[in-house]
Amino acid sequence: MRIELVRRPEMSRTMMLVSPLIAVGLTVLFAAIVFALQGHDPLTGIFYFFIEPLMSSWSLEQLVIKATPLIIIGLGLSVCYLSNNWNIGAEGQLTIGAITGSILPILYPEFVSPIVAPLMILMAAAGGAAYGLVPAVLKTRFGTNEILTSLMLVYVSTLFLDWVVRGPWKSPQAFGFPITVDFNESAVLGSFPVGPLYLNASAFIALALVVVLAVVMRSTLKGFEIRVLGQSPRAGAFAGFSARRMTSFAFAFSGALAGVAGLMVVMTEIQKLQPVISPGYGFTAIIVAFLGRLNPIGILIAGLVIALSYLGGEAIQTSMQMSSKVATVLQGMLLFFVLACDTLILYRIRLVSTRSTQEQARA
Amino acid sequence: MKKILLLAGTALALAAGTMTASAQEKLKACWVYVGPIGDFGYSYQHDQGRLQVEKELGDKVETAYLENVSEGPDAERAIERFAREGCKIVFTTSFGFMDPTIKVAKKYPDVKFEHATGFKKADNVAIYNARFYEGRYVIGQIAAKESKAGLAGYIVSFPIPEVVMGINAFMLGAQSVNPDFKVKIVWVNTWFDPGKEADAAKALFDQGADIIVQHTDSTAPLQIAEERGLKGFGQSSDMIKFAPKAQMTSIVDDWGPYYVKRVQAMLDGTWSSTDTWEGMKEGAVVLPPFANMSDETKKLAEETYAKIKSGEFHPFTGPIFDQAGAEKYPAGAVVPDGDLLGMLWYVKGVDDKLPQ
Repeated sequence: MRIELVRRPEMSRTMMLVSPLIAVGLTVLFAAIVFALQGHDPLTGIFYFFIEPLMSSWSLEQLVIKATPLIIIGLGLSVCYLSNNWNIGAEGQLTIGAITGSILPILYPEFVSPIVAPLMILMAAAGGAAYGLVPAVLKTRFGTNEILTSLMLVYVSTLFLDWVVRGPWKSPQAFGFPITVDFNESAVLGSFPVGPLYLNASAFIALALVVVLAVVMRSTLKGFEIRVLGQSPRAGAFAGFSARRMTSFAFAFSGALAGVAGLMVVMTEIQKLQPVISPGYGFTAIIVAFLGRLNPIGILIAGLVIALSYLGGEAIQTSMQMSSKVATVLQGMLLFFVLACDTLILYRIRLVSTRSTQEQARA
Repeated sequence: MKKILLLAGTALALAAGTMTASAQEKLKACWVYVGPIGDFGYSYQHDQGRLQVEKELGDKVETAYLENVSEGPDAERAIERFAREGCKIVFTTSFGFMDPTIKVAKKYPDVKFEHATGFKKADNVAIYNARFYEGRYVIGQIAAKESKAGLAGYIVSFPIPEVVMGINAFMLGAQSVNPDFKVKIVWVNTWFDPGKEADAAKALFDQGADIIVQHTDSTAPLQIAEERGLKGFGQSSDMIKFAPKAQMTSIVDDWGPYYVKRVQAMLDGTWSSTDTWEGMKEGAVVLPPFANMSDETKKLAEETYAKIKSGEFHPFTGPIFDQAGAEKYPAGAVVPDGDLLGMLWYVKGVDDKLPQ
């Protein structure tokens, strides 16, 4: 007996829309089982993991803060993945962007002006894009595998950050500890009230990017070019599109967004540089991009869902004394169910008995 | 269907409501850990301290913890979550939690915070640390006595004063036994990564070291020593279970007495923002039974341990020379605490350059 996946001739549109809901439903169900196995009340567990983080304005603000960098990076990565370029190194582009973006407040701390923040964001985008171009050039010039090079460059960048905050950029007031000077007030992004919530500017930038990218992908030639080159480079070539130029564009674009996301985490939350500035946002954003099916609106939702799973993970730890590993397991299950449901939209399962395969072989 | 959902919702809200109601009588004390409590090293020891608070103060307190909290942007949220969930005192146990702790403390003036291994205080933020270097001096003596090669391998995390101070104390101890003792240093840039730590241990053994010292938190280096039939020292907790033939002793952090004292002060209403640096004398640094060494070494180690404990001897007593051979502290002078806490230079005989 063997299980085969057979491609469906046609995808069901309803199932396309319903499948994420089924996946979330299955995750909730299996989460309840995990909670019960851990000896906790499943209903309380589900409440703390999925609902409690949505109940106070503080946790909603935290949800947005956590989701923002994931969404911005995920949007950039979606362009890469749609055009068949595999950028795994967003974490590195984030790190370099945060460093280049921090040049002004660290080297010129007395430069206080409203143009500082926009300049910083531009410099972060430039830094992230330049760092993203490294694996792109290696790919187009020398045919290296961009998955490998972009990933390895992550380690280079985090070690560079480590060096820069311990060495040349170390604050003289830090007693030798690895931190830079605090950013001045013009290098920090403030919060604005939106109804009961206080949200900082990065959240609005993320939202604007979602809208812009949704329009670009749906109704511009660039969006068409990205998709055509991703699905069939040959067809793209007939249309006069260059796959090499697209590789550079996609890497530079996703690198720029990752750099901006990294800098904005620094500008809103840390307000200086230190050895650790990201809890792996660049890697988590890969999951967000695929969870959102490489669609801007999908990525917006996926970023919020993943952020919720982090907050919920903390809530079950503090309220129910469950291990942080349980949250990791639940995140894994969510991803598994989403991908599994998606697979079943594209394919159907056929059971093949061994006898019939033998017969086929004989025939 | 809607009704069922509504019912379920109310049930959940009720369940949550009763949970918080019963908690209000007790004092809530909370801990934020940088590693998993299962690291059997640094975070494990802090959690042992938390458990001691639960045991000794019983039903007067309620505790909670968050483990594996990244020192980046997540730290502030973790600390603030505790302040919001009714914790009256929050212990943040890693250096990287310093600024987030200060930031959250400003927002919640009624909550008390305690930050380990940092240097920023506030009206509602106390700081605490342990004099780990006292243990490092003793293991330096043991290493110099027991090493046949005259060379120890030393695995270190980050070039911060805490760690540099430890290397220096180790070397001063070793040189008190063998002035020509050598040490090879590998920086792994992590507090906890069993894979990296194991690789570093293997590399150091391959280069001729026969004793391994670690300022990282996993049991991996000791386990490599055990495999190779060589010796080493545990870190943060007693790791003898993982290396019964290799561990000579360990530098155990016992945070329990301090945590009990501080939470008790909260119950009594006598808490104040203090700066605490306790060592062997107060029982904050403990060396488990000396094992896997000659009787002679054991005798020396026990003597030194007793001398530091009684306050008769300070490991950083001059003459102390820097790497270039210049005298930094004259004979008989004790290095002041302020200098120790900012120590970013090596003593004579350390063959390494501080990563700059």
